[in-house]
Amino acid sequence: MQPPTHASAPAERLAASGLASAVTPPRAPAPPPGRRRLTSTFWWSLVLIGLLCAIALLAPLLAPYSPTAQLDIIGLKNQPPSLAHPFGTDQYSRDLLSRMLFGARISLSVALLAVLLAATVGTAYGLTAGYFGGRVDAIMMRLLDACLAIPRVLLLVAVLALWSPVPLGALIATIGLTGWFEVSRLVRAEVRSVMGREYVLAARALGTPGFRMVWRHVLPNVLNPIIVAATLGVGNVIMLEAGLSYLGIGARAPTASWGSIFFDGSDAFQATWWIALFPGLAIIITVLAFNVFGSALRDALDPHQLAGDRAR
Amino acid sequence: MSDALLEIENLHTFFYGESGVARAVDGVSFSVGTGETIGLVGESGCGKSVTALSVLRLVRPPGRIEPGSRIVFEGRDLVTLDERQLRAVRGARIAMIFQEPMTALNPVFTVGEQIAEVVRIHSKTSRREAWQRAVEMLQIVGIPAPAERAREYPHQLSGGMRQRVVIAMALVMNPALVIADEPTTALDVTIQAQILELLQQLQRRFGMSILLITHDLGVVAETVSRVLVMYGGEIVEAAAVKTLFAEAHHPYTEGLLAAMPRLGESRDRLRTIPGTVPPPTRWPNGCRFHDRCPYAWERCTLEHPPLYQIGAGHVSRCHLAEEPKRRADAHEPLVMQRSSRA
Repeated sequence: MQPPTHASAPAERLAASGLASAVTPPRAPAPPPGRRRLTSTFWWSLVLIGLLCAIALLAPLLAPYSPTAQLDIIGLKNQPPSLAHPFGTDQYSRDLLSRMLFGARISLSVALLAVLLAATVGTAYGLTAGYFGGRVDAIMMRLLDACLAIPRVLLLVAVLALWSPVPLGALIATIGLTGWFEVSRLVRAEVRSVMGREYVLAARALGTPGFRMVWRHVLPNVLNPIIVAATLGVGNVIMLEAGLSYLGIGARAPTASWGSIFFDGSDAFQATWWIALFPGLAIIITVLAFNVFGSALRDALDPHQLAGDRAR
Repeated sequence: MSDALLEIENLHTFFYGESGVARAVDGVSFSVGTGETIGLVGESGCGKSVTALSVLRLVRPPGRIEPGSRIVFEGRDLVTLDERQLRAVRGARIAMIFQEPMTALNPVFTVGEQIAEVVRIHSKTSRREAWQRAVEMLQIVGIPAPAERAREYPHQLSGGMRQRVVIAMALVMNPALVIADEPTTALDVTIQAQILELLQQLQRRFGMSILLITHDLGVVAETVSRVLVMYGGEIVEAAAVKTLFAEAHHPYTEGLLAAMPRLGESRDRLRTIPGTVPPPTRWPNGCRFHDRCPYAWERCTLEHPPLYQIGAGHVSRCHLAEEPKRRADAHEPLVMQRSSRA
């Protein structure tokens, strides 16, 4: 369903162009009050994400062993999955399930914090450019174009390779600070569009000062696309972090992220397939959950997108 | 005019675009007395809304109020004020009501919060007091169950209700002047009448002046005391409302009046003024209305008419004032002749 603003806009333009017109535009009915209906996809992906976060938070309670304990370097080396070790053990006889539970903490917290950082910086930058417009906007956007021209992965590899071993905070900061460009473009475009709306003009006509304008009128109205972009970004960052760990420049040993466990197991996949398989699956499931959740969120928050999808 | 609340002198607002300079408002002067209601009438694109935005200094680049323009309000020239001083005027002393209540309200806040916000911007008031003021204001503008309505979001209200909320926001600080830019255009006819009635009622109660901008002469007839007719960025006729309806002088005003559908008159087709308002980057030479005018003669294409005095408080920018006999030889307007030739 189209919101009534758009449905009646052409009719109103028609009425406004006619002189001394007695034509009244037909009004679409107001949207029903209350919540918009959310799809089942939204709910199951949300439950899955909740579950993953719970696992990460409760890792010390859930893990049967310490993630770094070498249980029996001779007897329990490279054990396939069994009742005692559901995911098997690795070449140092560490329990893989425990390592993965703790790995979830690293993978998820790196992804969430990096995205949070990227979204914050991107929003602040895009908001500034979009709000001031004119020359400020032009300069800031050209600067952004320059930043976008830098290949992110190469930059990350260069920085992290030079700064090795990298502390976790620095890893998050590096991923976050190279990930805000797209968000800030999106925010800037949304802000430009919101700045043209009548309620912003109305707020100016009522004497609203600049800061209040941004905080109360602009930011809340551009929040939806930011939330969607950030959610979709989480999946991306998990992949990115896994990729970096795989290259050996992400989380450092013995701290394990899913990516680095996968890296450990990939050398001898045929002999000890479980070491790579389980973290691989975990990455896939998590990325899928965030991407599906992001899409469902976009559908819920942006009715145009939904209408467009259905029409197609 | 010593009791004038707002006095606009020689207002020029130009827009500097790629296709040249658009002279949207080109030398407008008028005044609004305390407690008076003035109507500003004209087609889309004639400069009404830009005039209104200029008064509040809300014209944004590439638009600019040209030097030499004066907008004297309560003894101060608004053109010379800085942004901080302007903010104290906007919403507190001069308020604006917009055409489209659908989009003039922020969709993510309740209407009560939005009215309370205006209070908090302009006075040191606690959150609770501001909220109470908002609820009170909703009651004044005739919204039933105001305490509950204040907690609703704009999309939960009907168009008429929303326009009442917009009016409440404009009036909550008790401004001296309210500029209403087509306040009823987006509403159903029955609601239009209610909103106009409400504005008059509020004027009796608060004593503010109203500058009513509209393209609907029917709206003007019932609401205002004096009418200014704008065309091509200029005022082409100004008169008391009764005078204007009884003895319109400018051919454009005549055309507007003829275009109004009336009850008890059967017509197959509605009468229109041929052609459209020319683009503000290229106003015609001479009289700006001459190519659409049924009386135009050579002088009109060459000489830009001044505002001629027609009667007491009645001026018209038409050479017919000096050569009234020519009113008899009406002909097809030039735009019609051109299009029939083509």
